[in-house]
Amino acid sequence: MSWIDKILPSGVSKAEGQKRASVPEGLWKKCLKCDAVLYRPDLERNGDVCPKCDHHMRIGARRRLDLFLDAEGREEILTEVEPVDRLKFKDKKRYRDRLSAAQKSTGEKDALVAMRGNLLGMPLVCVAFEFNFHGGSMGNAVGEKFTRAAKLAMELGVPMVCFSASGGARMQEALISLMQMAKTSAVLERMKLMGVPFISVMTDPVYGGVSASLAMLGDINIAEPDARAGFAGPNIIEQTIRQKLPKGFQRSEFLLEHGAIDMIVPRGEMRETIGRLLAKLGDLPAPDVELVPEVEVETEEADDAGDE
Amino acid sequence: MNPNYLDFEQPIAELEVKIEELQLVSSDNELNISEEIQTLRHKSAKLTEKIFANLSAWDIVKVARHPLRPYSLDYIPRIFTEFDELHGDRRFGDDKAIVGGVARLDGRPVMVIGQEKGRAVKDKVYRNFGMPKPEGYRKALRLMELAERYKMPVVTLIDTPGAYPGIDSEERGISESIAQNLAVMSRLATPLVCIVIGEGSSGGALGIGVGDHLAMLQYSTYFVISPEGCANIIWKDSVHAPEAAEAMGVTSSVLEELGIVDATIPEPLGGAHRDVDLMAQRLREHLVDQIDRLARLPLEDLLSQRYERILSFGNN
Repeated sequence: MSWIDKILPSGVSKAEGQKRASVPEGLWKKCLKCDAVLYRPDLERNGDVCPKCDHHMRIGARRRLDLFLDAEGREEILTEVEPVDRLKFKDKKRYRDRLSAAQKSTGEKDALVAMRGNLLGMPLVCVAFEFNFHGGSMGNAVGEKFTRAAKLAMELGVPMVCFSASGGARMQEALISLMQMAKTSAVLERMKLMGVPFISVMTDPVYGGVSASLAMLGDINIAEPDARAGFAGPNIIEQTIRQKLPKGFQRSEFLLEHGAIDMIVPRGEMRETIGRLLAKLGDLPAPDVELVPEVEVETEEADDAGDE
Repeated sequence: MNPNYLDFEQPIAELEVKIEELQLVSSDNELNISEEIQTLRHKSAKLTEKIFANLSAWDIVKVARHPLRPYSLDYIPRIFTEFDELHGDRRFGDDKAIVGGVARLDGRPVMVIGQEKGRAVKDKVYRNFGMPKPEGYRKALRLMELAERYKMPVVTLIDTPGAYPGIDSEERGISESIAQNLAVMSRLATPLVCIVIGEGSSGGALGIGVGDHLAMLQYSTYFVISPEGCANIIWKDSVHAPEAAEAMGVTSSVLEELGIVDATIPEPLGGAHRDVDLMAQRLREHLVDQIDRLARLPLEDLLSQRYERILSFGNN
């Protein structure tokens, strides 16, 4: 009997554990906030939110879209957008090599994943940042994919939702990264004038160039509980003002208190809340949250639109 | 070491001291050493030319932050007439790190907005070292929208070590204030001409830096993160700032190649601070040309060209 069997609570998926040749790594996960040791399948059922202390753990872009979009009728778009090392940037390592390493470890081309799909039966375009790819930083690939996704939303006349998680602009693409702030803000301004809804959801963490552009420009700004979002990182601020920062500084509750966001929405209520909001902005009947919607799959149209 | 000269300028400083000494001697007695002075002046100019022909990216960053570097308030009275400063964001306060107001350029009414670092120590503190807070960006936005209503072209002068990283800045939404400016500047229905006159640091610079035409002075710099900040992150030590500056390409020559900067305005020999009047004259000519050109475009074309230009960043 292995050590893991000894600590497994009786009746908890022992059978599942035995089915596999060895106990898979990471069957248990420790909550970073309350230190509770959590059984991973339970944790996953709870959307990677600690059942004990409600800590919202960081999740990847695909998992995020998985949790958010209806299961039917979703389709990844804009996969042709790839990063380019225009500056041949080299520090201790070459940026090109850093990119390949990030691509290998995450399976993503860059730090933004875009999908078309439905939320409670309402069609929309949704993008999510992959924080594990270079800290979710925004270089040209991220800015370009975001911009094309927004253009597609305008073309289709469907809302766009963005889940951001980013350290800011990507240093290795230097001023090209900075200009992605201008680019994403410009396309969002056009969306705004067209009356196409954009909902920005900030998840832990959102800083720098992403915070000072697309993340703050939602028709409605939302943050997950206890997420940190701000312009300058806490270290920089502490160094500048030479004093300790107050507790909860730049956290969701701080953002709400200071008027930067409209609401804090727990992960488990995200679908329902955004669904309700979008239905009202689009003058649609209240979505039936109990109903798993029947969705028509529109593959042909989607293929065309994906090339935009 | 002469504090008014940078490290790589010290040989020039030594020559200048000699010239000064000789001038004192010549005014004191009858000896005619004007020829000697002429020779030294010529030598000094040659030396300056030689040194400035081979500046590294990091050297240029230093010139851009030179203690004698002309700031917005040095240029404004030399370029424009009738500058009437306008104050306040109408929401919270008046940010001294951004100055703005209506003026005339070659007779034409324009809106001028510039970041101001402040010269003497007291002045620097008053100007928060050129680091704007949200109210600065909101004042700039208010002035730009005012300009739009009265069909005045907008000129922005960029020179900042960055938006202010402080508690109050975050409390009042520094991110939102910058983001909002980026959004509105992308469609502001009047010509918008931007010039980096010194240090263009990241989002704090971009917050007044989106427009129809972007120029940089020859020895100005524009970066997404300061070379010291970049070095701190990558090498965990800011002594690597020169390498970071080189890698990021923080000068106009690189940025023109990337299609981000449209033009470089040459500086007087040894940098803008050596001849502020001449620099202001060149800036003025540049602004008159650009605004004449942009003001002739039908508004629809102006705006669609600006939008396409912004959306092309990184793709060309």
